[in-house]
Amino acid sequence: MDFLLSLLEFAFGRQEQVLEALAQHAGYVVSVLVTAGVFAIVTGIVTRRNQLARELALSIASVFLTIPSLALFVIFIPLVGLGFAPSFIALFLYSLLPILRNTITGLDGIDPGVLESAKGMGLSPLQVLLRVELPLAWPVILAGIRVSSMLIVGIAAIATLVAGGGLGDFIKSGLARLPLPNSLEAIWLGTILCLLLALVIDLILQAARLATISKGIR
Amino acid sequence: MSEPLIRLESVSKSYGSGAEPAVKKLTLEVEKGEVLVLVGPSGCGKSTTLRLINRLIEPTSGKIFLNGEDVTDVDPSELRRKIGYVIQQVGLFPHRTIAENIATVPRLLGWDKAKIESRIDEMLELVSMDPETYRDRYPKELSGGQAQRVGVARALAADPDVLLMDEPFGAIDPITRDRLQNEFLRLQQELKKTIVFVTHDIDEAIKMGNRIAILREGSEIAQLDTPEAILSHPADEFVESFLGSGAILKGLTLKKVRDIDLHQVPTLTAPVARDQALQALQDSPDQVAVLLDDKEQPTRWIDEKALNRTSQPIEKSGRPVTVNLQPEDTLQDALTTMLQSSVGMAVVTDRKGKYLGCCTIESLAKLIMSEG
Ligand SMILES: Nc1ncnc2c1ncn2[C@@H]1O[C@H](COP(=O)(O)OP(=O)(O)OP(=O)(O)O)[C@@H](O)[C@H]1O
Ligand SMILES: [Mg+2]
Repeated sequence: MDFLLSLLEFAFGRQEQVLEALAQHAGYVVSVLVTAGVFAIVTGIVTRRNQLARELALSIASVFLTIPSLALFVIFIPLVGLGFAPSFIALFLYSLLPILRNTITGLDGIDPGVLESAKGMGLSPLQVLLRVELPLAWPVILAGIRVSSMLIVGIAAIATLVAGGGLGDFIKSGLARLPLPNSLEAIWLGTILCLLLALVIDLILQAARLATISKGIR
Repeated sequence: MSEPLIRLESVSKSYGSGAEPAVKKLTLEVEKGEVLVLVGPSGCGKSTTLRLINRLIEPTSGKIFLNGEDVTDVDPSELRRKIGYVIQQVGLFPHRTIAENIATVPRLLGWDKAKIESRIDEMLELVSMDPETYRDRYPKELSGGQAQRVGVARALAADPDVLLMDEPFGAIDPITRDRLQNEFLRLQQELKKTIVFVTHDIDEAIKMGNRIAILREGSEIAQLDTPEAILSHPADEFVESFLGSGAILKGLTLKKVRDIDLHQVPTLTAPVARDQALQALQDSPDQVAVLLDDKEQPTRWIDEKALNRTSQPIEKSGRPVTVNLQPEDTLQDALTTMLQSSVGMAVVTDRKGKYLGCCTIESLAKLIMSEG
């Protein structure tokens, strides 16, 4: 109980700092989801018909996930310096696999009869893609985006180590000051805000799911 | 003779080099307004042939003409918008409502909204589905038979001259299939489309086709003729074995009751006196008479034995007429009805139920024998 009070006191004592870190963290999630989402979906569409290309794309995306996250944040510093850039690149590479994999799975899972009839009625290849394939694969793709979003929220906490800001700032400063006063509070604050952010993003994606998926395939 | 609507000229298609061609030098003409059925064993190249016509597959060699125009001169997507295509899997768009599904090609063709809306209702009614009920449903909310109806409606929406159908009723239970086939025949009488219909079911081919092409491996035509001619003169052993046993029985679905010379048994119109009825029966070679009600509708079979049982009024004696045939019924229906009938013949009535005559095994046999 005492701890909870001191945690609240700690948080409201530095509202500005909290909001800034939260905004930075959310900024990572949004910017990475949009760019990696577009990139992975396009890659999935382009490579899926060619066995070799798609296996290659999937392997490369998997490799990024196996690199220890700390290392992935650090290795780009020589190229792009500290701050937002190396963090963004690391998170971008991390979030590719779930979206890419689900894009390919979703497109593969479409009933061949639907595609046959779409072509047979005279939809051009682009129309088939935009009006039939993507809408039908979208629930699966969106599920991939959701997995990626959770990944990003968690791993973005590492951005602080390369001066990239975000909620990791609290965790890092708390760790550095243990066991001084307010150090545990800082760690807890960073963690709880990460969880809350994840929750809010999940709610938003759920709403997007309801809004963008046709009743016919829900 | 007018130019055929569809003409394949020595068309071949091989999937991949080295493989036996799926279609080998096929030459085929489809006349305007006819239903040409392609029938043959699995893998003989029926689907491939169909997909060559709308260029879902490009031929390896040969030429295909639609309305005298080489199809390779036209943009494939534009070509397909002018050709209806119905497949066994139906392939309705699951994320679109029934109305949106039917509107697919009209939208591609840029029809205006009002015209599309009225066309959707018209198409649903054409395939016997209530627009109010089904317009806003999604495909998952339909039965298999309903889905296939919508598939046909969707293919017909932009009023194409040509319809390609690949085993459209193949995945449907026999009773629904029979109903859909009959509906299709009724539709075709109205619409007079040029249709290429693929099936591997010879009975369906006989029922649906104006002409049938029996194909063997490589889409080679074993015989191309009317169903009657194929049944009575199969070209070779392959065709014979494909027709299977009972070719005559299959032919029964081709002829209608109206082709039979009806047999006239004595008729009695109620109310009738007992001795008058007896007299009529004794004057006739038949053992049985038909009792008609005041609307000339047949009600009962009356024979002497029934008349002698004097305790019953005539209107209650004998046996009831339970089923009757109508001129549009097939000989197969006639045979079934006769075999079920207690007196070995079946009553034929017009559409309103008015008595026309009787159909006997002899009259049926005479009609079948008269065919060469
Ligand atoms: N996309 C394809 N790639 C390679 N071979 C194919 C392809 N499609 C069909 N074939 C081959 O071509 C031949 C003819 O196939 P097709 O689908 O036209 O037969 P079908 O008469 O429609 O058979 P079914 O009654 O089983 O539908 C078969 O031997 C088949 O294996
Ligand atoms: Mg086939």
